[in-house]
Amino acid sequence: MVGQILFIIIAAFTLLMGLGTVVARNLFHAALFLVGVFFGIAALFILLEAEFLAMAQIIIYIGAIATLIVFAIMLSKGMMGREAGAYNKQWYFAGGAMILFFGLLSWLLVKMPFAAANASAPDDAIQQIGSGFVGHYVVPFEVASVLLLVALVGAIMLARERN
Amino acid sequence: MDLRALGESFVAMLENVGIPHGWVLLINWILGAVILLGVALLLAIFLIWFERKIAGRVQDRLGPNRVGPYGLIQPFADALKLLTKEDITPDNADRITYNLAPIIAVFHIIMLFAVIPFADKVVGANINVGILYLMAFGALGSMAMLMAGWASRNKYALLGGFRVVSQLLSYEIPVGLAMLIVVLMRGSMNLNVIAQGQGGLFGLGWYVWILPAVFIMYFVAALAEGERAPFDLLEAESEIVAGYNIEYSAMKFAWFYLAFFLNTWVLSAVAVTLFFGGWQGPFAAQIPALGVVYFFIKVFIMFFVFAWVRATFPRLRIDQMMSFCWKVLVPMGLALFLAVAIILKLGLPSAVTYALLFVVNIVILVVTLKLLGNYTRDLPKNKNKRLFAPELPRL
Repeated sequence: MVGQILFIIIAAFTLLMGLGTVVARNLFHAALFLVGVFFGIAALFILLEAEFLAMAQIIIYIGAIATLIVFAIMLSKGMMGREAGAYNKQWYFAGGAMILFFGLLSWLLVKMPFAAANASAPDDAIQQIGSGFVGHYVVPFEVASVLLLVALVGAIMLARERN
Repeated sequence: MDLRALGESFVAMLENVGIPHGWVLLINWILGAVILLGVALLLAIFLIWFERKIAGRVQDRLGPNRVGPYGLIQPFADALKLLTKEDITPDNADRITYNLAPIIAVFHIIMLFAVIPFADKVVGANINVGILYLMAFGALGSMAMLMAGWASRNKYALLGGFRVVSQLLSYEIPVGLAMLIVVLMRGSMNLNVIAQGQGGLFGLGWYVWILPAVFIMYFVAALAEGERAPFDLLEAESEIVAGYNIEYSAMKFAWFYLAFFLNTWVLSAVAVTLFFGGWQGPFAAQIPALGVVYFFIKVFIMFFVFAWVRATFPRLRIDQMMSFCWKVLVPMGLALFLAVAIILKLGLPSAVTYALLFVVNIVILVVTLKLLGNYTRDLPKNKNKRLFAPELPRL
């Protein structure tokens, strides 16, 4: 009961923030609304007892990605105070594509037989995730980290001063 | 007095009245949150007085001494003054963002109080990802400062916002590495479990004795995370006109001030939990209320050291500060992390492991200091190797 009410509040908040992200006329406001969306999703993860995912969501999406987006907006010339329209000539194409995509997602959600687990999340979920990363799934994990390292080195190479 | 039992009997009482279980839990959570909030705000008022008194002593002054005994009522007088001052919002400011920034600045710190174990199992939310939670909500502070800097529509505020965010983002890495090493030692991210693991041997089980270099790294990085001297570049009041909060006045400014003091307190509390045994002390396991006393004493000693450093040291230049993080603290943290991970995997008896960890910590610390010393000695040669070398105007 309480869980359902909380879910409705959090879901409504997330959707409102998402709507704000799309319709905000100021890019910085859109970025702030996006932070709100990330927060709502983190709260949903907590309702699902996925604490690790919730914290990772906040660290990665709010702590890193949102800050990066804000920096990018601030460092782009003329983006700071300008009111930019959220619509251009292509808005009805984009809207149509979104409606189709929404239909696809709804169809998937209705048709897909989700396995419902009655048991609550295990207490040592985070240990299991950790040993999974360096045990069974070590190759994809390492490939992802090498990819990130390459991106890091590439960014430094691009940004360094050339004398 | 068992604090835990008190809470449980309260829950049982509510359930006996006939309120459904879910609502009882909700009431309980809200009550806990309100208590923590009250503690945090009262604490901040006391901390302001405490720090000003310490700074006064260190700098051979008296500090606040007019209002009340020993000036104890001074923070209340200050708060009253700030409440009655005119609240100015710049005409061009982005109103919602401008007003939201101080709220988030305080809110993210108060959220951190939820996972701090005040005594055995006396913790707002005993979650298994406590360390991640600290990192996650700690990172929100930079968002609040960016919002404040941007929404003021003031060039200097925006520049101040950039300065503080680059500082916070950089020093998050050594803080995170230090936390990660403690997690490796204990094998858990739950802060209460980490505190529990440091009992025994009359305080010799504290991680600070086993991992002194890690503690020093955490402490130095925490000074920067808390924006305190010698890293208080964002409001270097004698050099620049404050930072991101330049356009804020009256109570909104006070909120940033509050966040600043609470942040230092939380950083001290985390230091105590990770390295000084948290609530551990004589008979703390039997009587949880004693644990609260020990915890607060330790945190205030830690806070005293923070205030002492702030009152003593001069400020660094921004390029020195950034290169110190990236060229000294981060490599040192990575070396420590690697060494601790390898030693813990060797499978030696625990006494040998601890001795080895201690030796490795000391060796890494000495090597770091030696390298730093060499760098300072060769400074005239390294002059043009600065990270952000200021450009002289060409004539």
